[in-house]
This record gives sequence, structure tokens and C-alpha cells, in this order.
Amino acid sequence: MTIIKEENTTISLLKDISLTALFVFIFTTLIITISGAPPFEAYENIIRGAFGSYSKFGQVIKVWIPLTLCSCGLLYTFKINLWNIGIEGQMIMGAVFGMAAFKYIPGTCPAALTILIAFIAGLTGGAIWALFAGFLKTFGGVNEIFAGLGMNFVAQSIILWLIFGPWKREGIASMSGTEQLSEPLWLSTFTKMRISPTAIVLTVASILITAFILKYTKVGLGLKAIGSNMQSAFMYKLKPTSYMLLAMIFAGGFAGLAGTMQVTGVYHRLIPTISSNYGYLALFVVMLANYNVWAAPLVALFFACLNVGSIQLPMVLQIDSSLSGVIQGALVLATLGVQSFKTMKKKRREYNNSNGRV
Amino acid sequence: MWIELKSIHKHYGNVRANNGVSFKVNEGSIHAVIGENGAGKSTLMKVLSGYTSRTSGEILVDGEPVYFKSPEDATKIGIGMLYQDPMDFPQLTVLENFMLGQIKGFRNSEKKFKEKLKKYTDELEFDLSPNAQLKTLTIGERQQLEIIRLLSLGAKVIILDEPTTGISVEQKDKLFAALKRLVKEGKSVILVSHKIEDVEILCDKITVLKQGCVTGEMEKPFDLEKALMMMFETESKTPVRSKIVPGKKHIEMKNVSVSGGRTGLHNCDVTVRRNEIIGLAGLEGSGQGVFLRCATGLLKPYSGSVSLNGKNMTGKNILSYQKENTVFLPTNRLEEGLIPGLTIKEHYSLRQKSRSLFVDGAKASSDSKENISKYNIKGDPRTLVESLSGGNQQRLLLSFIPDDAELLLLENPTRGLDIGSANWVWELLQDFSKDNNSTIIFTSPEIDEILMIADRVLVFFDGKIIKDVKTDDTNLDEIGSAIAGKV
Amino acid sequence: MEEFNLTILFASVIATATPILLATLGETISEKSGIINLSLDGTLLLCAMTGFVISYETNSLILGFAGAAVVGAVISSIVGVFSIYLNQSQVAVGFVLTLMARDLAYFIGNPYSRIQGPQVAHMPIPFLEDIPFLGSVFFNHNFTVYFSMLMIFACWWYIYKTPYGLKLRAVGEHPGAAFSRAINPRKSQMLYVIAGGLIIGIAGATFSLSTKAGWGRPQGAEGTGWIALALVIFGGWNPIKAAVGAYLFAFLQTMGIHFQSWFPSVPAQVFNMAPFPLMIFTLLIINFFQRESIILLAKDKPLLKTILRKLDNTAPTSLGKPYKPDEY
Repeated sequence: MTIIKEENTTISLLKDISLTALFVFIFTTLIITISGAPPFEAYENIIRGAFGSYSKFGQVIKVWIPLTLCSCGLLYTFKINLWNIGIEGQMIMGAVFGMAAFKYIPGTCPAALTILIAFIAGLTGGAIWALFAGFLKTFGGVNEIFAGLGMNFVAQSIILWLIFGPWKREGIASMSGTEQLSEPLWLSTFTKMRISPTAIVLTVASILITAFILKYTKVGLGLKAIGSNMQSAFMYKLKPTSYMLLAMIFAGGFAGLAGTMQVTGVYHRLIPTISSNYGYLALFVVMLANYNVWAAPLVALFFACLNVGSIQLPMVLQIDSSLSGVIQGALVLATLGVQSFKTMKKKRREYNNSNGRV
Repeated sequence: MWIELKSIHKHYGNVRANNGVSFKVNEGSIHAVIGENGAGKSTLMKVLSGYTSRTSGEILVDGEPVYFKSPEDATKIGIGMLYQDPMDFPQLTVLENFMLGQIKGFRNSEKKFKEKLKKYTDELEFDLSPNAQLKTLTIGERQQLEIIRLLSLGAKVIILDEPTTGISVEQKDKLFAALKRLVKEGKSVILVSHKIEDVEILCDKITVLKQGCVTGEMEKPFDLEKALMMMFETESKTPVRSKIVPGKKHIEMKNVSVSGGRTGLHNCDVTVRRNEIIGLAGLEGSGQGVFLRCATGLLKPYSGSVSLNGKNMTGKNILSYQKENTVFLPTNRLEEGLIPGLTIKEHYSLRQKSRSLFVDGAKASSDSKENISKYNIKGDPRTLVESLSGGNQQRLLLSFIPDDAELLLLENPTRGLDIGSANWVWELLQDFSKDNNSTIIFTSPEIDEILMIADRVLVFFDGKIIKDVKTDDTNLDEIGSAIAGKV
Repeated sequence: MEEFNLTILFASVIATATPILLATLGETISEKSGIINLSLDGTLLLCAMTGFVISYETNSLILGFAGAAVVGAVISSIVGVFSIYLNQSQVAVGFVLTLMARDLAYFIGNPYSRIQGPQVAHMPIPFLEDIPFLGSVFFNHNFTVYFSMLMIFACWWYIYKTPYGLKLRAVGEHPGAAFSRAINPRKSQMLYVIAGGLIIGIAGATFSLSTKAGWGRPQGAEGTGWIALALVIFGGWNPIKAAVGAYLFAFLQTMGIHFQSWFPSVPAQVFNMAPFPLMIFTLLIINFFQRESIILLAKDKPLLKTILRKLDNTAPTSLGKPYKPDEY
């Protein structure tokens, strides 16, 4: 009997990562060259853009926070095999609900309490929005991808209507958003990097809570079980519908939190692009992290660097900042490819091995 | 045309489905390949028909070695196969099914094929309407169509994999008559079966397979007992029907109609008393599965009423039924019972009753270890369920029956088990029922098994219960013709 | 308020429907073989960009369309390879590609934003255009419109009336059985995903060279891909029914422009979003009518039964589940 030589997992992981990176590097360089810009200058710009100064890295963290929060939410829905594309709209509705709290809670209320209520409101808003998609899926039979997407567009039109209608700035309605919040309602920040410690604590807590729920509770196990085989759920007295809605509530809640965070911590008002596509990007993050709780924040950090780093590309090199999206997409795709090749190779090896013993 | 198989090996990963199989099929004969479930018969035939590639070995056709990359190559030479899982297209029409695999190019030659189809159906005395959707046909009719299609492709050797499972006695006679006629015309037939009685009336030669190897060959006249010995390792003692006195009304269905499955269930009136062991007979998909799923609350009736222990349960969901201590074990273990991707231990964690939000890992571990040894499951707590063998998956599923279960609804509880394990399972269930005063309702494709175990038999035909009889008052022939719809 | 003219309304419905109709047909072909090409939305944009840029640089519309078709085919072949040969989820790959293709379109198309470029010329069909009403509605357009109308029947004929189409349906229903009947399921799925991609590519170029001529960020085609995906379901994987859906959609879109002038206080963006909730609503209705209880209700009501049959849309049985050969 031959013994299959198991490769050291760390080394093989590093090998995979460098292979993926090589693919993406070649592809991106090619694309930038086609667009007529010097590729290496573009890379340099991205790195400088992300790490060039404290305030720039602060910017990265500001992107990392909503991205990680959304990723946490998506871990629940992916676990039960739902494609929560509606996360984008859930984030928007979180922002809307949060803003509503700021708008309608009287100024006499202590600022800290107002912010707390706003967070709860945002969480609720995102969860409600997710529930809509969840109901459409479970009771209406509409695929969650279409349901979520539709709800995104509805959320987008609600936020536009608010900004141009009832919540418009005194006298002028414009894409620049609503009236600014009064300063006490901003999340306080470190001076140099302008990051809010509250936001960071909340995000880290979200990661830990998600990891705990998914790993040690019956909720986590139930999500996994239903996600793997819904037809068997009755054997274990699990209700797939309730679990799906629960997963949606979790996902929407975290996304809503991220939305409110954008309002009080970053923009200090409601703007039409409050979600900045972070919901969609978070789907990439979780896929690239291979649905792993601990890998997701790291991938989110990397993606945040790419996003922030490419902001100044249009000014410096006259190329579009969507380059970061191209790189991120290529990364996920290459990872999926490398993964498949590995499993195929493994299967073939097992097959040959078993034949060798005839 | 004669075929010789020489030392055929077929391995899936570490599983050796065929392990050096050699035998010869003569021209103009009906050759039987028999063996119990999982002996490697189907795999061998898939190799012979080009559906699967062989790991090693040689296939000789008229003395010439042949290599098949796809079923197309095999049909070109003249080998055609009727698969056990129907390889046809329920959504398409009969004619379209007939044409697929024969038509080429851009021209629409429906008319030509319609005539061809008619020619063959007349010849073999089949009755198939070309424009009917295939899903409206019975399994037997779908088989007939497949045979005609193979003949039309010029098949000289036809392989039939378990053709008599799921067809009526009438259709079986028709099928066997057609096969005999084909052999007279010089064609060969390979019949794969685990039913020795079919083989006896039809075949000229038998090859017995066990665990992927040939364990014996036999020419007519057959010594059936010897053949059985070759199929099964040891003769184990068969369970005896336990005579129990039925108690109070347990489950009662009044004029229940349910949709679902192929036929649904129509106007079902049944009362089952406590302690009864009831066998549901019928062709596959005649309503037995729907009956069980309705009795456990998975399917809701659109008319009629169901009551359990005197309580009205109509329209309640499965959780309410589970509260009344009903247990349903489905036949598709990996699809409806177990959860692929989860370990044995995780399955026991999921079944923990405590209301706590957290998983009790220690208890799950001890539960799994205890049950693994009690039910003789070959695996450890960390084994993923999909990597267990079919028999072990069944044992795992059986271990989920809670101690307080009162109504056991079992769909093919011995599917995929060898005779020894099946007998072990029945002994276990009989003991359980005796100790717990529980009722058992089970289905089985084998009439023998039903007659051996059940006190009472319900025969299903086309979604209706057409016979309800005590086992003592009936026999195999009577049940057999009831299954075919004749009461 | 502009005058409400039925002829103009219907003519503009036919014209606006063109790209979405083509996209729906392309996706239908792909899904009929069992492969969901979820990259549709991004692919349309990327092809719109490609068509515009190539036509602008070479001054040849034909090259523009050809280039777009090739790009459409390349993207869909990525979906094909990943799902058929590499065993990855079609949804995952399609979704990644849809976002990536969109970003790629914006990135490469950036220098060509908001510039005047070539456009498909108006080409009324002689004699036919003179038929009262019908002539102006159907035969007074440019080439792409005629092409799209032709494609409806070409696709339908191919799928339901030719042996090739029969094989295509067979693969989507039961690839394993198709394999036992001398069809190579992987090859044919690959073939039809690419064929669908070619049509999707042409649909994309139709946007930037005819329907919403020009390139920019946003181009205006954003979101149509998703609508087309829903229309495939609405059409029950039948080209003719899907086409009806596409025209209905275009009708609502055109009406939306009128609504906008009737309700000036509502922001334009809100009207642009309207199709999407509508799409959900439609899917909801379709699903509702497929409920068992509704079908039972219709058992002895012939009218309801006919309506149900018209709404019936059974997906290809193996949709989204690629064929795995019996190996290893």
C-alpha cells in the first residue's frame, strides 16, 4: 500500500495564495496596459493611497468597518445557503432608520442615548428590510437573489425620495444629501486617524459574536444543517422557514448597523450613495474568505486598502477607480479556480492511487 | 454476437465495485447476472454499456477487444442498456424520447420516426401513444419504449438492469414474452436481477456476483438453493411474525385525499390500532410514500381528516405529529434523512432535546459513541455521514428512533441492507414494538418481506388502497395480483 | 404634455425592447441547456462598452457588434468552464463576473465617456413600412430591431422544431440520459452557454450603438440584465413567451416616461427603479399560480385552467445542476 504524501497545509496554502496572486497580477497588469496607463505606477498609487499617511490608513479602517459588519451578516445567510444580495438595500435602510432616529429624537435627549437609539433603529431597519426578502423567499417562492435585488432598488428609491423630498436641505435638494447632523451626534474619533473607537469596538464585537454563535450554539448548527440539506430538517425538528428568516434578520441587522455607522461616523448625514456598494463587496469578501469567520476581517481589510488606494487614480493617472473592483473580482474568480484545480487534482490522485494497488 | 468479459475492475476511489469479473455471454441466449444489492451488478453493466469507463480489464465482442468511451460507442457495436434509474426524459413526449439518440442533422424527420415507432410497438405488442408526455406513462411503459429504442438503434445485445422492480405482473409477462421473441431472432439479453424467481423462468445461464467478484456460474436446470448460497454469505435465521393483540385506535384516516408523489392519495379510509405491524405493498410510487408522509404531517390532506390517539390532527404540521410521538424514516437517506456535510456527532447534537441555546458537545460525543456500538455502525463520531456505506447510514437513521416513539412510519427500512442486516433490523424493531407498545407501518418493494413481518397488509394501486387484509388470510399470489390492480 | 399617439407608443415599445429581448433570448438558450448565466447584467454593460469603443475606433459598426459578441461569448464561457468543468457554483461565479464585468466596463470605457460615436442607421423596410399602423410599428426601425424580432422565431424554431433543439432540451432535462444517447452533455452545455453569450453580446452592443447610443458611467443599461433574467422565468424558458414578457416590460418602461411627466414632483430615479419591484411582483404571481391548491381549484374550471396552462413555466429539470460524469 502506498502512502499518500500529505503536503504541509501552511505551505500548500501559501502556494495557492501566491498562485492566485500571480494570476491576478498578470490579468490586472494586462488590463491597465490596455487602458493605456502605466501599470506599476498604478500599483504604486494604490499602495500610497492606502498607506501613505495616518489619515489615509484611517480612511481604510473607515471602509473596513462597514465591510466587516456586512461580512459578518452574510456569514449567517451563506451558512443556510441563501444568497443575500439584498444586503446592499439592508445597509441603506439601516442608514435611513438611523437617520430618522437622529432627526426625530428631540435635541434635549443626551447625545449618547440618541446615538444608541439610532444604532438600534438602524439594526431594526436593516432586519426589517431583510425580512421582506426573507418572506418573499419563504412564502412567496421568489428566489432570494431576485427578491433581494428588487428590494435594493426599492431602498435606493426611498433614500433618493427622502433626500430630494421630505428630508431635503433647507431650500436646496441635491445629490449631496441631507442636512448635517449636529456635532454631538457624530461618533467621537481619535484625532490623528479620525477613527471612532466605538465603531471599532462594535465591529470587533460583531466578529466575536458571529464566531461564537456559528460555532457553539444550536442556532449555528441548525443554520449549517438546513443549509446542507433542507429536506432532512424535519428529522431534527428544525423549521427551515424560521431559520431562514432568522439568518436574514442577522444579516439585515449587521448591515443596518453598518448603515447607521456610515451616517453617524463617516458622512454625518444621509447621502444617496450611503452604502457605497459595500454590501455587494462584502459578498466577495466572504467568498474569498471561504466562508470563514476569522479570514473575513482580514480579507475585508485588504479590500478596504484596494478601495481607498484607488480613489486617487482618476486624478493622478486619469483612469477610473473601478480598477479596485476589477482586481477584487479577479481575486475571487482566481481563488475559485485554484480551489477547483486542487480538489480535482486530489481526486485524480486518490483515483490513481487506488488503481495502482490492483 | 457473443461477449466475453475478462477480469473487469472498476474502482471508485477506495471502493472496488468490480474486482476482477470474468464471464461469457453466448449468442441468442438470456444470461442472468444475479447478486444482492451492492454486489456490483449495475456498475459492471454500466461498464459494458460504455456509460462508465473501466479501471482495467478487457471486453471482447466476437473475440475482438473493444473500448468504449461513451454509450454511443457501445450502441454502434450493438450493445444497448436499459438502466435501473430510468435514463429518459419525463418532460418530453414519447416520440421525442424515441428520436433522441437516433436523429442527426437539421432535418425534422418526425414522420419517419413515428412510423418506425409504430412498426416496433405493433411487432412487440406494446401500446404507446407517440404524443403522450413521458411522465404520464408507467415505469413499465417507459421500459417498453426504451427497449424499442434500443432495437431501433440496432442493438444485438440488450442489457436490462432490474427491469421487474416497479412494474406490474401483467407488464412483466409482456416484457418476458418480448424478450423471448428477441432471443429467437438471434439477439442476446443480459438480465440483471436480485430476484431469483425471475431468473428461473427466463434465463439460460446464471452468473452470480458477490462483493464485486464472480462467485459462481450455472447452466439450466438451476439449483436455486445453491445459487442463493452463492449470493449470500451465510444463511441467517429469518425473523418470525410476532403475534400481538391490537389495542386501541392509534391513527385513523377518514376519506383522506392528498396530492404529491406520482399518484397522490385518494379517498383513503384506514384505522390502525396500537401494536399492529402493517406492511404497505404496491408498485413504487403508488401512494405508499404519500400515505406515510401524510401520516406524519409532512404532507397535508386537501380533504378528509386524520386523527391520532383520538385527537384531530388534520392540517397540523409535522412538529405536532412529532409531539404525539410519531417517527418517520424516509427511504432516501441522504436526501431526506441525514445531512451530508455533517458528522455523526453533529447529527446527535442536532437531536439533543435540551432547551439550552448551546450545543452540549460532551453529551453529543457520548451519545454518538453509545449508539455507534449499539447499532454496530462502522464509523466514528467525526465521520461525515455521506462517507458511510448505505447500510451504515440506515443504521444511523434507525438509531434516531427515540425511546418514547409510539408510531413508527418506515419507508423501505431495509433498503440496501444485506439479508443478515435486514433480519437484524427487523428483530430490533419487533423488540422495540413489543417493549414500547408501539405501532409500525412500513413499506417494502418485496412482497416476501411484507408477508414475513406484517400482521396486516394494505395494497396500494394508483394512489388508492385497494386491498386491506390480515396476513393470515392472504398469500403471495393474491397480493401480487392486487399490486397489479386486480382485486 | 406631449400628445399621446398609439402608433408612436407601440413603435417605441418595439424599439426599446430590442436589447432586453435579445438578452432574454440569449439567456433562455443558455438556461435551456441547464446553465444559469448570472453574469448577464455586467456582461451587457461590458459588451455595450466594447461595441461602442470598437465601432468608434474602427468606424465599423459590424466590427463593433462582432467584438461585443466575442466578449459576451468569452464571459459566458468563463461561467461555463467554472460550472461545468470546475464544479463551482453557477450563482457564485456568475455573480462575481457580473460585478467584475461592470467595473471592467467602467474602467476601460472611461476615456470614451460622453463622446459622439457611430450609431446604427435608421432603415425602414420598403413597402412593408407603408402598411397602415403595422408598418410604422414594426417596419420603421433600424436593423437591430428586425434582427431581434427574427431571433424570437429563430430561437423558437431551433429549440422546438429541429433535432438539435431536441438534444438541447434533452441536456437541460437530464444530462445523464443525454449522455446515454450519444450526446456529450458537457460539450453541448458549453456550446449553448457560448451561443447564448454571443447573443447577449449583441444585445449589449445594441444598447450603446442604437437604443441608448453612446457610453458613460452610468450608461443606462444598468439593471436590465437582472430584468432579463427574471423575464426568462416569466417566459417559462420559451422564447416566444419570453419575448411577450420583454415587450410588456418595454411597454411599462415607455409608459413610465409618460407617468413621469404626469407626476413631476416625484424624482426621476424613483421611476427608473419601478421595474424592479414590478419584477418581484410578477414572479410572486407566477409562483402563486403554481401552488398546488390553485391548481386543484382550477381542476373543473376550464377558463382558470387555460390561464394556468399559459402561465405554466416549468424550469428545465437540471437547471443549475451541471452534469458530473460517473468517474472517480
